[in-house]
Amino acid sequence: MKLNQTDAVIHTEGLTKVYPGDIKAVDNLDLTVFRGEIFGLLGPNGAGKTTTAGMLTTRVMPTGGSALVGGINVVDHPAQAKRVIGVVPQTNTLDRSLTVWENLYFHGRFFGMSKQVAKAKADALLAQFRLAERAKAPVLALSGGMAQRLMVARAVMHEPSILFLDEPTAGLDPQSRIALWEILGELHKDGQTILLTTHYMEEADQLCDRLAIIDHGRVLALGTPSQLKESTGIDTMVLISIAGDPSLAAEVLTAELEGATEARISDGKISLGVVGVAGVLPKVIQIAAKHGYVINDLSVTEPTLETVFIKLTGKDLRE
Amino acid sequence: MTITDPKSQAPQSDGQTDPWSSSGMSAFKALLLRDAYVLVRNLKEFLPRTLIQPFLLVFVFTYVLPKVGMGMGGSAAASGQGAAIYSASLIAGVIGSVILFQGVQAVALPLVQEFGYTREIEDRVLAPLPVELVAIEKIVSGALQCLIAGLLVFPIAAIVPATSVHLQINWPIFLTLMPLACLMASSLGLTFGTIFDPRTVPMLFGVIVVPITFLGCIYYPWQALSSIRWLQIASLANPLVYISEGFRAALTDIPHMTLWAVYPVMVAFTILLAWNGIRGFKRRVIA
Repeated sequence: MKLNQTDAVIHTEGLTKVYPGDIKAVDNLDLTVFRGEIFGLLGPNGAGKTTTAGMLTTRVMPTGGSALVGGINVVDHPAQAKRVIGVVPQTNTLDRSLTVWENLYFHGRFFGMSKQVAKAKADALLAQFRLAERAKAPVLALSGGMAQRLMVARAVMHEPSILFLDEPTAGLDPQSRIALWEILGELHKDGQTILLTTHYMEEADQLCDRLAIIDHGRVLALGTPSQLKESTGIDTMVLISIAGDPSLAAEVLTAELEGATEARISDGKISLGVVGVAGVLPKVIQIAAKHGYVINDLSVTEPTLETVFIKLTGKDLRE
Repeated sequence: MTITDPKSQAPQSDGQTDPWSSSGMSAFKALLLRDAYVLVRNLKEFLPRTLIQPFLLVFVFTYVLPKVGMGMGGSAAASGQGAAIYSASLIAGVIGSVILFQGVQAVALPLVQEFGYTREIEDRVLAPLPVELVAIEKIVSGALQCLIAGLLVFPIAAIVPATSVHLQINWPIFLTLMPLACLMASSLGLTFGTIFDPRTVPMLFGVIVVPITFLGCIYYPWQALSSIRWLQIASLANPLVYISEGFRAALTDIPHMTLWAVYPVMVAFTILLAWNGIRGFKRRVIA
């Protein structure tokens, strides 16, 4: 599919941020995000995701390259750019001097809405985000999940061309996380373009149409989740937990199992990538038994984005 | 590659010529509206924090001390006239100190908190106007609070002193000095707010605000310092001195520092503090 520039909501060329002390947070980033998609920046902490989002939302000044958001150069025209972006930051930045409803009302007024429009919109959003009964509550009385929903409501209130979410579910309990995913799904269905940063591969996998895996400020790979997973060339991941030293067993398995690519040890478990083999489990058991290893647990999964990341960097996302 | 059908709205940036400046102004007004709303909502905190300091100053110096026979007012203290002159001179200084204090309380303290750990400022920084204007809005909204605080001293001055105070209001001076003093105090607050953080903010009061108020020519006119020449000269670095002396010129007929010094220095302080504060604000919100 050939896309032209007008379909791009974000377009960066050589975007770079070097912090004082020669710390290169983002290194020559070329990125295009198209209208209507959910785009993910996946990478470990410190990979440069937040700095990238910061540059695109006018809060971090790039030291090189260019960035267009909604066709507006964010460095040259930050005030204009702020009109077309909605931002959900990592921490709770709700106005503590105001109630839940007032947070939305005044946000609307900041964006030039009349009293009536801001009121109506605040009411509608609270209903949509299931916060209506908390309208009069002080924001400090909200749970983490509710505060997060309110921040999303606030960010979309002025109908931005693109919604940024920085680690939106970090620190949320599993239920709130799923609730937020549902909300993002609904916004996506309504055509909202979304860019999110995350270090949760499940989140990236579930939500994103396309994603860029980044580390040390550079894009290591870019594509749809399934494209990225296919790119590993691995069909099946086998997870083996054995009694005793797993590293020797890993060597044996890699050598003797047909189709085995490489093995890693993480959390004391052997994780083995296998290509093009059916019925791999009996073979693993056979080999283990032959060498006298006792298998405590054994499972197979499809390759995940974690697999992709490990393949690209040799380390875990969590490291 | 999967691309969702672009059914979202056309980019709002396209086809519009220059809505930005007007949208910047309406955002600015909305920020002021928010601050005013919060001020009214928090009136029961604003009033005591604003009234208690001037009330105590006026109460102790113009009621308690004269009543216990320790009244101030130089050689004329014994007569009621001396007390009345001293009271008027003090009221001028109290208004100055209240305005300065309010600048710190209304601008610096909230900013220290918002920059520090809540980052509440973020949504206002992301409003569609230049960041500089967000900082300027802080100055304007702080100056309005300074104005209210300064005006609240008048009823106190009318009620509290043992001998009634006769203020001789010079309206042209008062009407120009009042807004200038408020803008200067609020710009000072902005500068402080961008320099201090939650850890160092106790220093702001102990080490900076207290000396500024004690040595800000509240309790005595600047010219009276001629007998302590070094202090008289050192006081010239204190911004509050010019406000106090300016209000002496605006509200009393006692000798005061020449207005040829008061106005230019206050304008210079205001510009310097505002410029520095806006720069500091930008540095705090944009990495």
